[in-house]
Amino acid sequence: MKTPIYMDYHATTPVDPRVLDAMLPYFTGKFGNAASRNHGYGWEAEKAVDNARKQIADLIGANSKEIIFTSGATESNNLAIKGVAEMYAERGNHIITSAIEHKAVLDTCKRLEKQGFRVTYLPVQKDGRIDLQMLEEAITDKTILITIMYANNEIGVLQPVAEIGKLAHARKILFHSDAVQAVGKVPVNVATDGIDLLSMSAHKIYGPKGVGALYVRRKGPRVQIVAQMDGGGHERGMRSGTLNVPGIVGLGKACEVANADMPEESRRLSFLRDKLKDGILRELDEVYINGSLEHRLPHNLNISFAYVEGESLLMGIDDIAVSSGSACTSATLEPSYVLKALGVGEDLAHTSIRFGLGRFNTEEESDYVLRRVVEVVRRLRDLSPLYDMAKEGIDLSKISWAAH
Amino acid sequence: MAYSDKVLDHYNNPRNVGTLDKNNPNVGTGMVGAPECGDVMRLQIKVNEDTQIIEDAKFKTFGCGSAIASSSLATEWLKGKTVDQALELKNTEIVNELSLPPVKIHCSVLAEDAIHAAIHDYKAKQVSREAPAETEPARA
Repeated sequence: MKTPIYMDYHATTPVDPRVLDAMLPYFTGKFGNAASRNHGYGWEAEKAVDNARKQIADLIGANSKEIIFTSGATESNNLAIKGVAEMYAERGNHIITSAIEHKAVLDTCKRLEKQGFRVTYLPVQKDGRIDLQMLEEAITDKTILITIMYANNEIGVLQPVAEIGKLAHARKILFHSDAVQAVGKVPVNVATDGIDLLSMSAHKIYGPKGVGALYVRRKGPRVQIVAQMDGGGHERGMRSGTLNVPGIVGLGKACEVANADMPEESRRLSFLRDKLKDGILRELDEVYINGSLEHRLPHNLNISFAYVEGESLLMGIDDIAVSSGSACTSATLEPSYVLKALGVGEDLAHTSIRFGLGRFNTEEESDYVLRRVVEVVRRLRDLSPLYDMAKEGIDLSKISWAAH
Repeated sequence: MAYSDKVLDHYNNPRNVGTLDKNNPNVGTGMVGAPECGDVMRLQIKVNEDTQIIEDAKFKTFGCGSAIASSSLATEWLKGKTVDQALELKNTEIVNELSLPPVKIHCSVLAEDAIHAAIHDYKAKQVSREAPAETEPARA
């Protein structure tokens, strides 16, 4: 077994060798511009792009023509939300989203607010899921778009997407879902889920960085968006710019592989995840799982280790790559807003660790991670005045701390 | 984030971890920080009342590696100093010794606060030796 062990697959994934092999010819020999209509180089590139469109569409139950290529999910989210807002501004100015969306959605909504749109940020319940009743009550006759993520990047919690889709369509509101963490990991189907626009990214599913896609529904309803970048009118006028053919080929191949391997892979990863979870719960007291276990990605585990600050834990398990909701690891010095939205106290948010398992993790690795985490948590608890006090029976919430 | 070798050394081999009897009149306890801020330090000193020299110092810290290192270093420096000398210790000396980056300076400030809180507690106990405090203070 080699260290460091990578267990941060929500952040990014390595390119699968099968994906890389598919991409390589398109860097050199098959370098044509997919928009060149008058020679073989162009036709060859266009054919590869069309094939990728099909592979992507097949994974999410869409039609090839509904796939728009972008530079990644941040661009897809921006294009979907701003594009819809601009196109349908005359119909209404209200957008509904959730408090735990990725910044690419939240900050896009905030910008639209400055431009006169009204945005409702739905809270989530303790399990990390939105309350459908609240969503229904938030809808007004001015609502043009509901944008709710498929699965959360920190806690892996799946939203009731199909129910949201139903609700949206009943009220003739468009439904966009940031499905970056879900596509290729759990079955996603834009038809049965009632999704009108869907964002995805290659590098989360063992494809290359710098390429993503936006699904835009063509029928029932036909969704129109205003392009956010001017240029040559590529991608049916929705996204100008010469197509990143090798990247697109990689995204397509990644989708094909994910589609074929999903049942087996999700079974294997949920087994490893549960073994890790059960081991931690068995070996350590006062650990808390953040978010629903039932409605969750098979490869995600987010745990708070009370009385042990997250960054110090990461420092102790320095041969394992995971991430923390601790403020100390973020640029803002604020602990995770996602955990905060779940009602996790800031004290526990500081102690959270996100494990994201993936295709190349082995059982030996996850067993090693378990041993190391348990060992370091115990060592740091021996060093923690809070653990001491809790063991003495002191209620930490009753102490008037001098916040600084 | 890259840590300096000294931070790593204190994190991996923290000096003077432990607890002194907080009811001992010669022991001063300082507890600073807050769990929701992500760091809490408890620093204790044991003072020889005749010489005013700090004979022992212990700490426990909930916080990032730099917070652990700052408090570990503080206990190392406190031992053998008089109470008055200890009051002279500045957080900038900790910053320099551990090569703390700007985002971690608050860890050194916290350590300085903990030293002051411990000395304050010790002095308060000396003044009211007849009636020792029975509650654990959490001071900044």
